[in-house]
Amino acid sequence: MYNQTEIIKDTSELGADGELVINMGPQHPATHGVLHLVVTLNGETIKKIEPHLGFIHRSIEKMCESLTYRQFIYVTSRMDYLSSHINNLGCALLVEKGMQIEVPDRAKYIRVILSELTRIASHELWLGAMAMDLGAFTPFFYAFREREMITDIMEDTCGARLTMNYIVPGGLMYDLHPDFQKKVKAFITQFKSKVTEYEDLVTNNIIFQSRTKGVGILSAEDAISYGCTGPVARASGVSCDIRKIYPYEVYDKVEFEEVIETAGDSFARYIVRVKEMNQSIRIIEQLIDNIPEGDFVAKTKNVLKLPKGEFYSRVETARGEFGVYVVSEGGTTPHRIKFRSPGFSNLSVLNHIAAGGMIGDLMASMGTLDLVIPDIDR
Amino acid sequence: MFSLEGITTSVQDWLFMKFNPTMALAMECIIVILLSISLFALLGLVLVLMERKVAAHIQIRLGPNRVGPGGMFQTVADTLKLIMKEGLVPDMADKFLFNLAPFVVMMVGMLLLAPIAFAKNFQIWDINIGVLYISAVSSLSVIGILMAGWASNNKYSLLGAMRSGAQIVSYELSAGFAVLTIVVLTGSLQLSEIVKAQENGWWIFKGHIPALIAFVLYIIAVTAETNRAPFDLAEAESELTAGFHTEYSGMRFALFFLAEYINIFIVCAIGATLFFGGWMPLHIGHWEAFNHIMDYIPSSVWFMGKTFFLIFLIMWFRWTFPRLRVDQLLNLEWKYLLPISLFNLLLVAVIAILGWHF
Repeated sequence: MYNQTEIIKDTSELGADGELVINMGPQHPATHGVLHLVVTLNGETIKKIEPHLGFIHRSIEKMCESLTYRQFIYVTSRMDYLSSHINNLGCALLVEKGMQIEVPDRAKYIRVILSELTRIASHELWLGAMAMDLGAFTPFFYAFREREMITDIMEDTCGARLTMNYIVPGGLMYDLHPDFQKKVKAFITQFKSKVTEYEDLVTNNIIFQSRTKGVGILSAEDAISYGCTGPVARASGVSCDIRKIYPYEVYDKVEFEEVIETAGDSFARYIVRVKEMNQSIRIIEQLIDNIPEGDFVAKTKNVLKLPKGEFYSRVETARGEFGVYVVSEGGTTPHRIKFRSPGFSNLSVLNHIAAGGMIGDLMASMGTLDLVIPDIDR
Repeated sequence: MFSLEGITTSVQDWLFMKFNPTMALAMECIIVILLSISLFALLGLVLVLMERKVAAHIQIRLGPNRVGPGGMFQTVADTLKLIMKEGLVPDMADKFLFNLAPFVVMMVGMLLLAPIAFAKNFQIWDINIGVLYISAVSSLSVIGILMAGWASNNKYSLLGAMRSGAQIVSYELSAGFAVLTIVVLTGSLQLSEIVKAQENGWWIFKGHIPALIAFVLYIIAVTAETNRAPFDLAEAESELTAGFHTEYSGMRFALFFLAEYINIFIVCAIGATLFFGGWMPLHIGHWEAFNHIMDYIPSSVWFMGKTFFLIFLIMWFRWTFPRLRVDQLLNLEWKYLLPISLFNLLLVAVIAILGWHF
């Protein structure tokens, strides 16, 4: 480990054979947060990348140990803030599994619809941010135009635009807004008509393709051994969609495809996410007209106490597998809690896929890994 | 007909009447310097605002609209902010070079103004090797950028400056060859001659396909030479934070910023002069009536219209394309643009010798 003075000393001297060590971050436009990369360069070629973490560590896992099973769900919104709803869902699923609470169908449907909306919103933001990493500013605004509709829907539904906190153990906090279905349908129409603009602006752009094709190649074996999940692993041909393998809520009732590409390069990761947005739209379309009537929350005890034992639940966030592991001593708070965040494993491949490339390739690789730093540091 | 020529002539006559010739010449120099400095400031303000408005339009937003009507004074406010800001000099920087660099870049822009014909007979210096002068002086700006990158004592700046050096030196070739095609067609290096040669049609129309190819090459090359996206590797915001001007702040940064826009204006003005006939109105062969109507539009309007059209084109590039990688950038020049421009030059030489152009 470095202490602060060592970092400065270490990086301000030239290496023996003309190596240049530069600190990318914690404040750098391309790290999208406070990620600190110590990059060893030889000219423009990257020799080594060393990620330094902890700039936004808030010890969320420790905090959760002092919060009750109703409260700890909402802290997880602050981890992967782009999939906050899905994080909440993962925690709620764990409590429901432990307490054996039967969630009403209406709540299940709404949870899945909102999860998919969250996924689209997250991928939209990623699309814009990644294009920005590659030097194209305009796709950001086009992506945000659609994302804005989703955040508006979220605001109507639960009052918050980013950290939703809509889920309680046993169901949902409130019932749906009366306009929900209408607005979601309007969004679907808008999205379908505008998604071709991304193709024109980004996917089919010759510069974009030459920047991403064959850049940051991750083989299927490496993806598995590094523990990659989500679109990063699926772009390397690894089938790992939790929604397919361990279906939760109503994912076993809807039809959708697990998007898998085999190239493993940055372009494949891009394609996977764009196609996933379309699959999410497909899921929402199947559910939006069939939300059953009934309760939106199950009757639960006022004080939740998980039985003694270990519990694990997992969900598929926009970035990959999000796991919650709880050790309970039978009290009102978890004895020990551990989150398996997808971003951490995905970050760990960065040196593997970007070393040997150029600085520009690092941006393409890092951009398509879709890192959310608070998710990595927790 | 309104023309700027009348104003310049009357000013000159008045000066020579009042003072002895040496004094009058000195006075003229001072007037020209003052005018070009104010043109610089004005262009900077207008082009920055234009860029922001164009970007906003492309990015489905409104752009600056709070300061003044339609955000007209936004850049004035920004400039005021930059002037009042502290100009920080890093501790370990080479202070002399660090302070000098923005002025070198700026000076190059000023020198390039000299041979540009803004309107009919409205030109600071109608030098007989105008095109050569332009290509010679424009390559000086790389010195300022390298100076800034080196003197900042910052690794990002150094990388940006090295990229910029490689890029400007390479793309100058294509730009030079594109310019040469027009020189071959005209048979003169003098900008006023080049404009005059387009009296019955602009080179882009009557130069056949080679002129069109040369124009495309020219636009690509000058976009790279002015460090604009998709060739903005020297700045490369997401990679090198701000490239060679990472350490600059306040007015020193503003000078770099201004120089970028001045350079865009100049390369577009030269492009307009070479390919679109400069201040020459749109004339089509022997359509006397049409040509006569076109002559009613003042020549300065023609010149500015063409220049701003080209500037818009370059801004359009910036807000549409992602950035190239540094090896792709050099590949594009050395493997594609340079061979094409060499071949194009050969082609245009054949056309000029055989007299196939109109």
